[in-house]
Amino acid sequence: MSFIEISHLRKSFGPNTVVHDFSLSIEKGEFISFLGPSGCGKTTILRMIAGFETATSGSLHVGGVEMTNLPPAKRNVGMVFQAYALFPNLTVAGNIGFGLKIAGKERGEIDARVAELLELIKLPDLGDRYPYQLSGGQQQRVALARALAIKPQVLLLDEPLSALDAKIRVSLREEIRALQRELGITTVFVTHDQEEALSISDRIVVMNQGRADQVGTPSEIYNNPATRFVASFVGTLNLFEARVVDPVAGRVSIDGQPVVTARDISAYGIADGATVALRPEALSLGGGDGDRNVLTGTVEEVSFLGAVIRVRVKLREARVSLDIFNDPALDLPKVGMPAAVSFKKDDLLIIDRD
Amino acid sequence: MKTNRLGHWIAILIGTLYFVVPLAATFEFSLRKLRGVYSFEAYRVVLADPQFQSSFTFSVGLAVVTIVFGMAIIVPMAYFVELRLRKLRPFVEFVTLLPLVVPAIVIVFGYLRLYNSSSILPLTNSTLSTNFLLTCGYVTLALPYMYRSIETGLRAIDVRTLTEAAESLGASSGTIIWRIILPNIRSAMLSGAFLTFAIVIGEFTFASLLNRPAFGPYLQLIGANRAYEPAALACMAFMITWACMGIIQVISRNAVAAHP
Repeated sequence: MSFIEISHLRKSFGPNTVVHDFSLSIEKGEFISFLGPSGCGKTTILRMIAGFETATSGSLHVGGVEMTNLPPAKRNVGMVFQAYALFPNLTVAGNIGFGLKIAGKERGEIDARVAELLELIKLPDLGDRYPYQLSGGQQQRVALARALAIKPQVLLLDEPLSALDAKIRVSLREEIRALQRELGITTVFVTHDQEEALSISDRIVVMNQGRADQVGTPSEIYNNPATRFVASFVGTLNLFEARVVDPVAGRVSIDGQPVVTARDISAYGIADGATVALRPEALSLGGGDGDRNVLTGTVEEVSFLGAVIRVRVKLREARVSLDIFNDPALDLPKVGMPAAVSFKKDDLLIIDRD
Repeated sequence: MKTNRLGHWIAILIGTLYFVVPLAATFEFSLRKLRGVYSFEAYRVVLADPQFQSSFTFSVGLAVVTIVFGMAIIVPMAYFVELRLRKLRPFVEFVTLLPLVVPAIVIVFGYLRLYNSSSILPLTNSTLSTNFLLTCGYVTLALPYMYRSIETGLRAIDVRTLTEAAESLGASSGTIIWRIILPNIRSAMLSGAFLTFAIVIGEFTFASLLNRPAFGPYLQLIGANRAYEPAALACMAFMITWACMGIIQVISRNAVAAHP
C-alpha cells in the first residue's frame, strides 16, 4: 500500500457529482500536483484529504490509517490556503506556534521550533510582526511555516501562489519545492497553472470534470498527452482531425497532406478519423531532411512574443502555429509568402479518442 | 450650483436646530432649580438620591449580565450560521429583527402569561428568577443590534478559511471561537455591547411590568413628581448614550487603524 491511498472517491453536492470514482496512490515524500481548470474537482479532492469535505463514497488511507471520516483536527495534515488564512490577531510567531500550542507543547519547545521555522522561511527577524505588516509573499511563507510546524504527515497546498505577483510566484514555488525536498514531506499541490505544475512536481494529475484524465510525470504529461483535454490544457498545441491512410506504416493525412507518425496507430482502421497534435516548438520552418514530415501552406501571421516568434501558417483549411527562437539575424518570413513546416515523426502525437 | 449648496446648508441647519434646540432647552431648564441663578443643584439632588444610586447600579449590573448572556448566545449562533448554515441567514436575520416589530409590551405580557407564578415554569416567583426573566427580555430587545454588530464583524473576516486553518492545526470548535474568532471580532462585540448597554439603561416597559427597581422606572417616577430633576436625568441619560456611541467610534477607528 502506498503512503496515501485514495480509492474510488466520489463527492456529490445534491444531484451534482463533482468527483467521480477517483483513485490514486501517492508515495511517501512525493510531490504531486492536481492540475485542471476551475470546477474540475481538484480542490474538492484536496479538501477531502484535509477532512473539510466528507466523501460521498470511497476511502482514503494515509500511512495505512483509514482517514475517510476522521475530523480535520485529528488528521495531522498541514494545509496552506490561497488566501493565506493567517490569524490576524496573532503575530508571525504566534501563528507559527499556534498548532504546537494546541498540541500542548512546552513554551521552550514552541519557541525553538518557531525560531527554526522562521530561519527556514528566511524571515528570522519578523516573528513579532502581525500579518497585515507583511507582503503577500511573506504571508504565504509564514502560512507554510505554520503548516509545517506541527510536523504533518502530509502537506496540502491549495493554489498557494495564485494571489501573488508573477516574480514572487516563481521564486516562492522554487522555495516550496526546495523545502519539500529538504524535509521529504509528502505534498499535494493544487493549481490551475500548468507551468507551476510542470516545474515543481514529481507527478501531475490532470483533472477534467471530476475525473483524472492522466497521471504521469511532467514529461509524460507534456510529451504524451493521453486525451484531447490534456493535450489542449497543458502547453500550446496544434490539433488536427487527420485521416488514417495506413495504420501499420503509421501514415495519416493532415488537411490532405501525407505525413508519418512514429506512434502506434495499428488500432485504427484505414480511413478512420484520428486526432493528432503538434507542439509549436517541435516544428521548424523549411523542408528539413528527408526523414522529416513536411506540411506546406502560406504564412498568415507573424507574432513577436519576446524570446520566441510565433508564425501561423495556413495549410489548405487548417492552420498550424510554430515557435522559433528570437534571433536578430533571423530573416523572418513575410505574411502571404509560401512556407514549408517540418517536424519529426516522433513529434506527431496521437490523441486518444475521449 | 450655489443655490444647491445653500439648500444643503439650510437642510443641515434645520436638522441641527430640530435636535439641538430641545436638548439645549432641557439643559437650560435643568440648571434653573435655584431661583435667579444657574446651578447644578438638580444634578446634585438626583445624584444624592439613594434611589437613583440603587436603580442605576441595578440597571448597570443587569446591562453587564445582558451583554455577557447575549454574547454567549449570539456569537456562537452567528458564527455557525456564517460557517455552515449560510442558507439560513435570511431566516435568522428575519427572526433577529422581530423585536423591532413586536412592541416590548407585547413581549412582556407574553412572558407574564408563560412564566407567571401559576405556570409550569414560574420565573416570577422569586426576585432572582424575575431578574433572570428581565435579563432574557433585555437580550431579546438587544438582539437586532447585537446580532447585526456581530454579523458585521464576522463578515469582515474570512470565517470559513480561518476556521479550516485552525482545524488543520488541531484546534477544536471551542478553541477556534475563543482564540481566533472572538479576538478578531472584538470591536464588533464592543459595539454590540455598548448599544445593548444604552438600551438596557433607559428601558422602562419590561422593568416596570416585571416590577424591578431599574433606572427606567426611576426616570418615570421622578418625571411624574419633580420639575427640574427629570430634565437633569434626561441630560445625564443623553450623556451616557453619547459616551457609549463615542467609545464605539473610538474602538471602530482603532480597529480600522490596526487592520487596514
